[in-house]
Order: sequence, then C-alpha cells, then structure tokens
Amino acid sequence: MDEIEKPRALAARRREILDLLVASLGPVLAAFVISGVILLLMQVNPVSYYGYVFGRGLFSPTGVQATLTRMGPLLLIAASLIVAFRAGIWNLGGDAQFLIGAVFSAAATPLMAPHLPAGLALVIGMAVSAGFGAIWGLIPAFLRAYQGVNEIITTLMMNFLGISLASVLVKLLFLDPATTVPQTRTLPVEDRLPSLFGTTISSGVLIGLAAVLLVHFVMTRTAFGLRLRVVGANPGAAIHAGLAVPGLTIAVFAISAGFAGLSGGVAILGQYGNVRADWNPAYAMSVVPLVFLARFNGFASIGFVALFSILSIGSESAARRMGVPNYFTLVTVAILLILLGLSEYRGARRRQRAGA
Amino acid sequence: MTLFTDTFLIALLAGVVAAGVPLLLAGLGEQLSEKAGVLNVGIEGMMLGGAYAGFLVAWATESIGLGFLAGAFGGLLVAALMVLFCVRLGLNQVVIGIALTLGAEGTTALLHHVQFSRLYPRLPEVPTWRIPGLADIPIVGPALFDREPVVYLALALVPLFAWLYRRTHLGLAIQAAGDKPAALDSAGENVLAIRALAVLGCGALVGLGGAFMSIAGAGVFVPFMTHGNGFIGIVLAMLARGRPLWVLLGAALFGACLSGSTALQVAGVDIPTDVVQMLPFAAVMLVLLIAGRNAKLPSALGAAYVRGER
Repeated sequence: MDEIEKPRALAARRREILDLLVASLGPVLAAFVISGVILLLMQVNPVSYYGYVFGRGLFSPTGVQATLTRMGPLLLIAASLIVAFRAGIWNLGGDAQFLIGAVFSAAATPLMAPHLPAGLALVIGMAVSAGFGAIWGLIPAFLRAYQGVNEIITTLMMNFLGISLASVLVKLLFLDPATTVPQTRTLPVEDRLPSLFGTTISSGVLIGLAAVLLVHFVMTRTAFGLRLRVVGANPGAAIHAGLAVPGLTIAVFAISAGFAGLSGGVAILGQYGNVRADWNPAYAMSVVPLVFLARFNGFASIGFVALFSILSIGSESAARRMGVPNYFTLVTVAILLILLGLSEYRGARRRQRAGA
Repeated sequence: MTLFTDTFLIALLAGVVAAGVPLLLAGLGEQLSEKAGVLNVGIEGMMLGGAYAGFLVAWATESIGLGFLAGAFGGLLVAALMVLFCVRLGLNQVVIGIALTLGAEGTTALLHHVQFSRLYPRLPEVPTWRIPGLADIPIVGPALFDREPVVYLALALVPLFAWLYRRTHLGLAIQAAGDKPAALDSAGENVLAIRALAVLGCGALVGLGGAFMSIAGAGVFVPFMTHGNGFIGIVLAMLARGRPLWVLLGAALFGACLSGSTALQVAGVDIPTDVVQMLPFAAVMLVLLIAGRNAKLPSALGAAYVRGER
C-alpha cells in the first residue's frame, strides 16, 4: 500500500468502527427511552428504576459479583450461537443442550470428586458436559447434513425432548438418595470451580470470555472459519468450491452444541453445585437476541451479555423492591431487537442509495 | 378392567380435543403463513397476545363471544407488527419472530401483573353447542359433538383450507408468493399484499387458539400460559408438508400426549408427566430419522421479497 494511502485507509476504518458503534448504541439508548415511557405509564419513575437496577447489578459489591458469575454460562452460550449462526445454522435447541450437559456433569462430578485431584475432576466434569451437549446436537446435525431436514424444526423438537429428559433423569436416575427433594448429588463448595481473587465471582466467567474470543478468532481469522462462513453465506457455492458441506455442517453442530453443554457444566460446577428437577433457566433463548444485536461479533456479544446480566441481576431485586416484575427486561430486549432491525434497514437503504 | 369406564374415556377424549384445538389453529395458521413464504417464529407471541386479549375482553364484557373475537384480534395485532417488519421492511424473519415472542411474553405478563396480580378472576364455564343426533353417540358424542363453537370452527377450517389451497385463485397466489414470488409479481399480483394477508390470517387463527386456551381451557390468564404451544404449531406445519389434514392428525397426536399425562394420573399409573410429554416429540424425531428426506418447504420461505432483486 502507498504511504499516502495509509492514513486515508485508517480514517475510513475509523469511520467504519464509529458507524458500527452508533448503529449499535443508538438502538440501545432509544430502547431505554421507550422502556422508560412504559415505566412512566406504570407510574414508576424510570430514572429511579434504572438507577436502582444499575446500582444493584453493577455498582454494589454483591451485585457485580453475581453479574460476573452469571456472565460465564451466558458467554459460553453466545460462543455456541456465534459459531452456528455465522455458519448459517439456526441452532434454536441450546436450552436442551445446556440442560443435558448440566445434568450429566452434575451426576458425574460429585462421584469423581472425592477420588481424583480436584482439578482433574472438574476438567472431566466439563468434558462430560460438552460431550453430552454435543451428542444432543447430533440428530439435528445428521438430519440437516444428509437428509436436508430444516434444523429450526429439529432443534426446537430436540429442545422440548431434552428439557423433559433432563428432568426425568434428575427424578429417576441421578437422584440424590440423601435428600427428599428431587435433585442430583451436590458438589461440595470446595470442589467447585475456584472463585476469583477471594470474591464470590466464579472463574466460569474467564472460561466464557476465552470461549467467545476463541470463537471470534477462529471464525474471522482462520481458514476453517472462512469455510464455515462460506457454507453459511452460500451453501451452493460452497459445494462448487469443493467444500465437504455435510462434514462441516456436523462439525458446526458439534461445536455449537458442545459449547452449550459446557455452559451447563460451568453453571453447575461453578455456581449451583447440583441440578434440581424442572430447573430450566432458559439462557439460550435469552442469548439468541443478544447475539443478533451484536451482529455475531464476539466483542460486541461480550458487551451485550454484560448489559443483559446487569439488567437481569438488577431487575430481579427491583422486582422485590419496586414492584416492577423482572419480565420487564423481556420487553426492553424485544424493543431493542426491533429498533436494531429498523436501524439495519435504514443502513441498508442508505448504502443502496449511495450505490445507485 | 374397570379402568376404562365410559366417563373416563369421555374425559380422555375431551382432554385430547381441549389440548388439540389450540395446536390445530396454530398449525393451520403457521401453514398459511409458511405457504406465503413467511416463516412465522412469532406465533408463540401471537398466541399469548390472543390469550390475554381474549381473557381481558371476556372478563370485562362478560361475553364469551366477544372474548374469542378479541382473542383473534389480539393475535392479529401482533401479526400486524410482523407484517410491518418482515413483509413491508423485509427484516430477518427469525429475529423479528423471536423479538415478538419475547415482547408479547413480557408485555402480557406485565399487563396481567398491573391489572390482575391481586384478583386472579376466573371466567364462568363456556357454554357448548350440542349437535343433535351426533351428540348421542356413546363416548364420542359428548366428547366431540357437545363442545364450544370454536372447536367446530377449527375443525371446519381443515377442509376449508384444503379447498382454498387446491381450488381457488387466492390459494394459488398464496403458494406462489412462497415458491416463486417474482413470477407472481410478473403476473400482476401484489406479492407483499398477499403475504401480509397470509400473516394476518395466521395471527387471527393463532390468537383464537390462544383465546381458547385462556377462555375455554383454563378460565384464567396466567403469564407464559401458552407454554410452547406456538412452537409445536411450527413443528406441525413443517411436518404436514402443506396439507391441512396432516395438521389435524398431528394436532390430535400431540394433543393426546399432552393430555395423556393427566389421564394416566387419574388412572393411577405413576409415570412422571415429563415422560408422557416426551412421547410426541420422540415419535416425530423417529419418523424424521426414518423418512426425513425432503421436508418440502416453499422455496422462498424466510426470504423477504424485494421487487427487482435477483
């Protein structure tokens, strides 16, 4: 590149990043304004509500620790979805993959922990969760790769099936004989993932961050990632380019479902210690919109997952203190998604006009 | 075996109908929308909108009929947003569908919290229409021919849609909007208007199904009460491969399994409800594994139609 061209290219790149920031943050601010109007209609002062939510979720010591701990499993789900969506595969079955991973990990780890060095038991426990999560993604993977069956329908069905199976396993097979409530054996606190720097923050958040960054790097900077993106963008062209599309499809499912399962494992080994019957935090369905908002970008996903964690931790205590139910967060996320769609539409129109 | 008394069998069959009708309406609605090329992931939200609006109006006006009408309108309202964003502006259908589902979940739960959090009012039982003659058939009669009018309407829609798709110009246009929208455009039809019509029709049907759950089924509105029924509707529509009759069969199968767990408990069989609830999904996955080739979906499904674009 010419020496004179360089600053111009840099400036263009800077403008691009600025545009991206405005396009992402604009809808966020607008969504807060609209949600504030809804709060006003409910006769709640929006300033004091959001002040309380952010005060709890971000600026109080216990709150920020809870927020960071929750981010761990959510980030792993984000990694799972980024791989799948960038490869054009709609894996909507993350909740079952999460639960299946969580249940098998919760069943195996407390039995191993007394006999193995603590670190080894945790590593095996996490491997178990990722493995069983991936297995749960296999049937939709094969149906999509070799039979051409739409994965939205199969992953949704495997989702219903897996959520029920997880609670059946807890109630019938992996029951802790020592308690009367249906739940798995509890992993003692000292055998769980270590907490960070003497706080209650689970080191799961580091695993989550590493996973998202790894996925972002692989998808944007490696040949394997490029192949997956080609399959996602144009499967027909991918076949003509000589890519082994069925094999890549199965690899995507295995990686995506594996991360979702690992997310379940990290939630159990880092935070909960056991699985209770009928437990389903539905993290995957909450993270799907966040990954969209981030346009499948890893760094932006981390930002949105952090924002969502703050909102959900904060609104859970706001529900008790201010009488605003915590499903208010759902409304905020929905408004955000629609506004993002609109801003995307405006951007596309502007580009179209500039091109014409 | 004294287990299978007439009363038990009637209750069993009536339970299948009660669980199956919302699924049937959701499946038929989704099928209509998919045929026109719009993958409607928002039907869970439309169902909740219908369930809430139906319950609210039925409670406020003390009129069951107005309640069902409002239910259809509630679904239509959510569908109108889908039309605006996905048909008119051409935004991603899966994203907007999920957004509408989340938004409807949050909004209805919030409205319910503001209005009914302390009262939890209950609606009176819905009067039934007894079809003379048929209602006197033992067992099948009371369960099937002495029902709420919405049940008959839902059943009548099955042949009606089959006729619409097979024999009418409008049905042909709807299917062209999903398969070859550009060809339909060249033929002088308005693709966006036909897609909008299909999505609105879908919303009204699904909303009616939601209202059936809250007004006739539960008698109350509970937040998140549709509990995945809309998603099952998507599954039914995709499995039915464009045939309304198959939606009916699927709805009966899923309805039987959803209501079967209660029946088994009444019968004293001690199986966790989760096992019974897994059965329909397991059966469908098995069918797909054995004969899954070619789900046969409209070729332009999920793609926004922009005039002049290749």
